[in-house]
Amino acid sequence: MSYRPEGLRTMDDAEQEAPGPSAPAGIGLRGWLRWAWRQLTSMRVALLLLMLLALAALPGAFFPQTPQDPAAVARYHADQPELAAWLDRLGLFDVYGAPWFAAIYLLLFVSLIGCILPRTRTHLAALRAAPSRVPRRLTRFPVHATHTTTASAEEVTGAVRAALGRRFRVAQTPHGLSAERGYLRETGNIVFHLSLVGVLIALGASQVLSYRGQAVVVEGRSFANALVDYDTFTSGSLVDPDDLEPFVLTLDEMTSEFTVDAQARDFAAHVTVAEADGTSREDTIRVNYPIDGAGANIYLAGNGFAPHLTVRDADGEVAFSQPVPFLPEDDFYTSRGVVKVPDVSRGLEQLGFTGYLLPTALVDDAGARSVHPQPNAPLIILDVYTGDLGLDDGVPQNVYELDTEGMTQLTDGEEEVKILLEPGEEVELPDGLGTISFDSLPRFAALDVRYDPSLTVLLVSALLAMAGLSASLFVPRRRLWVRSTPGDDGRTVVEAAALARGDDPGLEQELERVMTAVRATGPTAQEDT
Amino acid sequence: MNDLGQLSLLAIYGAMAAYAVAMVAFGIDLSALRDRGPEGRPRRAAAIAMTTTTLGVVLHAVGVVTRGIAAGRVPWANMYEFTIVFTLVAAGTFLLIQRWRDLRYLGALVVTPTLLALGLAVSVLYIAADGVRPALDHYWLIIHVSVATMAIGIFAVAAALSVVQLVKDRSERAAAVRREPAVALAGGPAGDGATALPESGADRGFWGRLGDALPGSAELERLAYRLNAVAFLLWTFTLIAGAIWAEHAWGRPWGWDPKEVGTFVVWVAYAAYLHARATRGWDGRKAAYLGLTGFGLVLVNYFVVNLFTETVHGYAF
Repeated sequence: MSYRPEGLRTMDDAEQEAPGPSAPAGIGLRGWLRWAWRQLTSMRVALLLLMLLALAALPGAFFPQTPQDPAAVARYHADQPELAAWLDRLGLFDVYGAPWFAAIYLLLFVSLIGCILPRTRTHLAALRAAPSRVPRRLTRFPVHATHTTTASAEEVTGAVRAALGRRFRVAQTPHGLSAERGYLRETGNIVFHLSLVGVLIALGASQVLSYRGQAVVVEGRSFANALVDYDTFTSGSLVDPDDLEPFVLTLDEMTSEFTVDAQARDFAAHVTVAEADGTSREDTIRVNYPIDGAGANIYLAGNGFAPHLTVRDADGEVAFSQPVPFLPEDDFYTSRGVVKVPDVSRGLEQLGFTGYLLPTALVDDAGARSVHPQPNAPLIILDVYTGDLGLDDGVPQNVYELDTEGMTQLTDGEEEVKILLEPGEEVELPDGLGTISFDSLPRFAALDVRYDPSLTVLLVSALLAMAGLSASLFVPRRRLWVRSTPGDDGRTVVEAAALARGDDPGLEQELERVMTAVRATGPTAQEDT
Repeated sequence: MNDLGQLSLLAIYGAMAAYAVAMVAFGIDLSALRDRGPEGRPRRAAAIAMTTTTLGVVLHAVGVVTRGIAAGRVPWANMYEFTIVFTLVAAGTFLLIQRWRDLRYLGALVVTPTLLALGLAVSVLYIAADGVRPALDHYWLIIHVSVATMAIGIFAVAAALSVVQLVKDRSERAAAVRREPAVALAGGPAGDGATALPESGADRGFWGRLGDALPGSAELERLAYRLNAVAFLLWTFTLIAGAIWAEHAWGRPWGWDPKEVGTFVVWVAYAAYLHARATRGWDGRKAAYLGLTGFGLVLVNYFVVNLFTETVHGYAF
């Protein structure tokens, strides 16, 4: 057990020193295991593991990581296939899930526990034990003082005790007064290291107990916390996705503010949340300010427009009528969207539209583009496809992509047909296919729902670690000894020394404070400090 | 508002001019060691350097404050502002530690990088003062980022101290080697380098004289440790505050974003430094190298990760 806090070398020489790294010979398997354990829990190995951990974590900042950004990893594979294959083999695209990374931090934590537990035992014993015995020669310490006074030894002791106050634990021994303060330093050190274990446990628990889902909700519509209402959903192994705590969220209004030069200033989703117990409340979700729904946090992850479009087929029947979320692609909310119209009248071909919504459209020789994210002059530009949408194959499709394999794009000679729609307009589709109208322009909110019961443990552990760290770094641990020897001439010789664990710029002042009290006990005699 | 932004920039230019003068003056002060030892010379250049550094810090502070007023928010919401704030912390810390110890020889090592960082800030990183994006509009911007700037500023001064410690350590070991034959003759134990008196008469060269002018390496090490300990605690706080903010903003406390990775790596590196100080054979010089490695990683985390990786912290730059 040679895991020592910084600066211990200035104190407790007896506690030093760990066995050297040389392997003992002829000790059998048990001896080897014990040797390995002692090595693992030694400060030197902990130090090496820390350096290794820093080194191992570094590549993840520079190579794209699959869990964080799978698209970037795919790009890397496409750009540099040979290098990427090697990086993949080494686990460099998923550093923090790689076995070698886990090996390092698990060894580090085993090492941490292996040395913090014996230290805890030692510290508990020290807390119960009386302060240390008084060393024989106090003058050998760098910080020491002597003084001769006319006061009696009892008077000196009383003065010293008063000066030491309640911070010090004081014991009267046959060889003098022994005082010690700053047990909190080691307590803090132990709390810090154990809290790190708490952090690790919380992060591990989060993996199995949490779930996360994304959903797009259009103004006026609702979202229920059930698997079917999520666009994407991932959960830990101990979460039952069919049994989520229910709540219903209705998006009443989605507001946004921008400066004239299209800088975002504020986004707010005004919602009504109905909980399972029948209570209902209005609330506002802002970026950075999630709200609570049945214990889960609801975040505002994005927003955009979902124009309400109505398509009538050749027979004049309404084949499609609903808001379609268009996903913003730039700062001006140039948004891309897809309309799939499978439910046309019998005998007609299915319709598909893809195109852009421009919130503030500017059309000139260079083409059409959006110049501001607010809907000052909305314009929708669509390509039209007819044929088979491929929805009946049973293969799940991305609602934001149009599978054009079984479809043909409508053209007018060489030119592709472009449908231009402003709000309230209804436009005839070519070839008598029907009409499409742009009825209104509600906004949508992209919501992120996350439930993670481990967060409290994580927060408490982190704060305890912080508190423990500050105590272990800045609480001074000091020992102070005072010996009063009655002289032949009726005077008392007072010797005192102080010793600190680690760097302690205040040590001399502490001793000086005590000596001032000693000097005050009687007329100043000869000073020989 | 725009005028104040201009005033802020002017103040920063003024601070750079003052730091430039201070850098030259610190250089002259150092080069004087080439001709004579540190004893008994008035060090007029050092006095000028300290005065101009103080002036620089005052102008620098004016620049930071007016920038905040011009933008109508705390002045550390992008890389330009972050740079002018952490350099201010570094220069301020340098001035502050002079109260405990005469460390004017550290000046060149603090003022020169400060000047370089400010030059980079005004030439490459500069953007006009503006309001705050929704993504950054949070009280954690005030806490998380300000504490990060303080930590980096203090780490920087500690790193400068470590460099000086290594220089001093070198001269101490050289002195110990020279003294060894005499000690061997006297049959005494090898002397402690820290207590070695400068040898009079013998020509020790520039480095030797510089070493004589500095406090002992053990004391420099302790000073660097104290600063590193304070900065490490602030860094720990930055990490925790960042995780809390990430939980509010992105719905997860930790996501291995490149910036988070960098911050974590710096934290682990300084944790290694603190452990090294308590490990036999790793204290002193090796711990100083570890501390410098930590600061190198701080710089990588700031310049390389911010500018060359795809990070969700990206909107801050």
